[in-house]
Amino acid sequence: MSADRPRSRWLPIHAVAVFAFLYLPIAVLILYSFNRQGVGGFPPHHLTLDWYRILFADDAIWDSVLNSVEVAFAAMAIALAFGIPAALALDRAQFPGKALFRRLVLLPLILPGIITGLSLLMLFNLAGKRLSLLTIVLGHGTALISVATTEVFAGLQKLDRAQEEASLDLGATYWQTFWRITVPNLKLPIIGAALLIFTLSMDEIAVSFFLIGRENTLPLEIWARLRRGITPEINAISTIIFVFSLIAIVLWYRLRVRAEGGTEIGAELLETSEPHP
Amino acid sequence: MFSRAYKTIVTAPPLVWVTIFLIVPYALMFCYSFWSVSSGQTIVHSWNLQNYHELLRKPVYWETLLRSIWIAARVTLFSLALGYPLAYFLSFYAGRRKDLLYQLVIIPLWVSYLVRAYAWKTILGSDGVLNTFLQYVHLTSHPLEFLLYSPFAVVLTLTHIYTPFTILPIYAALEHIPRNLVEASTDLGATPTQTFWKVILPLSIPGVVAGATFAFVLSLGDFLAPLLLGGPSGIMISNVVVSLFGAAYNWPLGAAISLGMLVIVVNLLFLSEKLEKRWSFS
Amino acid sequence: MATFKDSLRTQTADSQGPANPHLLSIRNVAKSFGRNQVLRNVSLDVAEGEFLTILGESGSGKTTLLRIIAGFETANSGELWMGSERLDGQPPYRRRVNTVFQHYALFPHLTVEQNVAYGLRVAKRPEAETRQRVAEALAMVKMTAQASAKPSRISGGQQQRVALARALVNRPRLLLLDEPLSALDANLRRQMQVELKSLQREVGTAFVFVTHDQEEAMVMSDRIALLRSGELEQVATPREIYSRPATSYVAQFIGHTNLLKGEVQAGTVRCGAISWRTELPDGPALFSLRPEHIRPVQGASSPGAVRVRGHLLHQAFQGSTELIRVAADGGMVLTMRVASGSSLADHLEIEFSAADAVAVRESPERI
Repeated sequence: MSADRPRSRWLPIHAVAVFAFLYLPIAVLILYSFNRQGVGGFPPHHLTLDWYRILFADDAIWDSVLNSVEVAFAAMAIALAFGIPAALALDRAQFPGKALFRRLVLLPLILPGIITGLSLLMLFNLAGKRLSLLTIVLGHGTALISVATTEVFAGLQKLDRAQEEASLDLGATYWQTFWRITVPNLKLPIIGAALLIFTLSMDEIAVSFFLIGRENTLPLEIWARLRRGITPEINAISTIIFVFSLIAIVLWYRLRVRAEGGTEIGAELLETSEPHP
Repeated sequence: MFSRAYKTIVTAPPLVWVTIFLIVPYALMFCYSFWSVSSGQTIVHSWNLQNYHELLRKPVYWETLLRSIWIAARVTLFSLALGYPLAYFLSFYAGRRKDLLYQLVIIPLWVSYLVRAYAWKTILGSDGVLNTFLQYVHLTSHPLEFLLYSPFAVVLTLTHIYTPFTILPIYAALEHIPRNLVEASTDLGATPTQTFWKVILPLSIPGVVAGATFAFVLSLGDFLAPLLLGGPSGIMISNVVVSLFGAAYNWPLGAAISLGMLVIVVNLLFLSEKLEKRWSFS
Repeated sequence: MATFKDSLRTQTADSQGPANPHLLSIRNVAKSFGRNQVLRNVSLDVAEGEFLTILGESGSGKTTLLRIIAGFETANSGELWMGSERLDGQPPYRRRVNTVFQHYALFPHLTVEQNVAYGLRVAKRPEAETRQRVAEALAMVKMTAQASAKPSRISGGQQQRVALARALVNRPRLLLLDEPLSALDANLRRQMQVELKSLQREVGTAFVFVTHDQEEAMVMSDRIALLRSGELEQVATPREIYSRPATSYVAQFIGHTNLLKGEVQAGTVRCGAISWRTELPDGPALFSLRPEHIRPVQGASSPGAVRVRGHLLHQAFQGSTELIRVAADGGMVLTMRVASGSSLADHLEIEFSAADAVAVRESPERI
């Protein structure tokens, strides 16, 4: 269909410009992680791996990476454990306040992190809970339930209800049906959600900012260093973060293409309006 | 077909979690905003309107809020200006490269906020990449100081961060337009430009509204980009809240501002939902 | 293979309790979705080993009735009994009822064999027994060769057979089939009708079969329950329902018919220009007269025949027969069926025997 449509000259140019705007800063960041002279200065010269060597010897960074990984796994477990039932509830239960519940579950996805972070800070403060990695886990878990719910809900909308009916009909209890039919059918959305939650938690900073105890997550460690001035070591760790995010996102995308077979993936994560009944 | 027990089991745990970690904290924020801090730096749990009075009295809060709205509005506008044509290109002209280009939009969306904000800091500094480049090619002789620690830097960075957020919903809306409507419009004698303004744009409004809401709401509440790149003139409302919860130690006043932000944001979400519904015809 | 079918038969024979001769009793079941009344006061008994078809147009409530029996929907009122056991209130997985779904609902992530074994595995049957029963069931539906294929790799007719095996392997006391042939093309459909019917005879399990296709119902069923707007119009054998329709709706829904509106007075029906003797009481009456019971008069009239003159309106060729519309004197239009190739004059005399005009109740208009 696009073949017989008049082609616009400036649309592709605009597209190239926008992609340049999106990717050039990241390219610069990566390039300067190899620059002996430091972060500024044009043109970069004396390309070196020294900054990576320094980075790999930097224990504080790797401690924070470990913390972040722990937090991300725990947040993933919480978000899935509560996000999947929430999606099931939205799909198949009727209860008073359901509309409000749906909005509340999805709210942290669009709410600025500061509000989620501060409101939880007040909760932990009142409960006399000391800030630690645990409070960050609870914060990330709460904020990312929305991701699990949206992804799994989208999967449920495509699931043929007769599948589960057939299972019940053949003598499987609800519990057996959930594990033998519902979960295998939602395998791709669940894995996709897990990947996304993990990546987002690894990168999260706005909520963690308020809930941090004595131990830093990776983004907060980087943040603390940025206040003291910038070195290409930060470019180096940023490059590594970028590469890992890239792998996770491309993996997630492939999963979603397999689950949906379309090129519109991810849009529903940004949809604030009513999910289809 | 699902038993009552099933429905209870899937509904109760998330409901409990949401109550403890979302409803109670928001309620707490509400309560805090009516409390105050004594001279002994302890929080007094007595109810009064002191914080709201203070907010109304001191113009600095209003000025900061207005500046934040102005910054968020510019970010939204620029994101749409960059995002809409790209989404349109993707949906109508990208052909076989659609899938690849779509992935190129998704990637920055989920790539670390901090990494991207930091990248701009290294580019915009007075001896940063851009300034040294400009001097290297002899376009300027002195570093341009307005690049970093300015509202400009904040708007630029936030636009970079939130443009993909606008592209996705617009693209989705464009993809949902039945192509035979475009053919019908052409058949009835409309030029491609007329078809765009009379058919495609109106039908993509829900996507524009969703994308704009995202860009506006998220940049309105941002405090990291201003801290990193804003300087004194780029302070936004969330930075005030951060300092009230930190060094200034006035949680109640900070809670009052946060609550105000929450109210603004929730109202915007409702408004955007209304707009999206009005402009969706399916 | 024989063992499997035999085992099914013993199973059903054993469970026949003396207390209730019916396998399944549906008593006064009503169901509405919101303001939409889908079933009103439906009562129906299913006997052991019978092939019962629930026939109705779309929206008549037939699928809802099936889903209530299976346990996917709960009736607003009424009772379900299986022998002396109360069925309603039991979750679907406790009912000795299995279903063949409209689009089969085969589990796409499991192989054909795993699909068939599903019910036995969730019931935690010994693995050896499961394997044997699955093998027998697959052999019964001639799907042994495709045992390890995924459902998406086999044809529609094969999916249909797998769905059947998956349900029957659990030895249900009752098998529900929700328009299982509707997804197949016409040829395969006719073939499957025959297969399904002979399979049902062999295994002896009672089938409750839902369809909107009256020909399918006639071909396959021991009895037909005709449902209209949530109410049963008639429950009878195909022959009876065809030759003795209870209502004008039944008469029109099953096959072609002529509906004659008349007035009975002192043992005589008057219907336009024609009249015949009847034993009905005085008052208005409605009669169903099948086209094949009307014939052109040739020579001397048969004794007791009702005659009328008319002229030919329209001729519709239907293969071995033709449907002829005749405008009878007095304004009535009658349709008659004649052998193809019969030569007919434009103006003709036609006749039928009074015994073939079956009195029917007038069905009220419903939406």
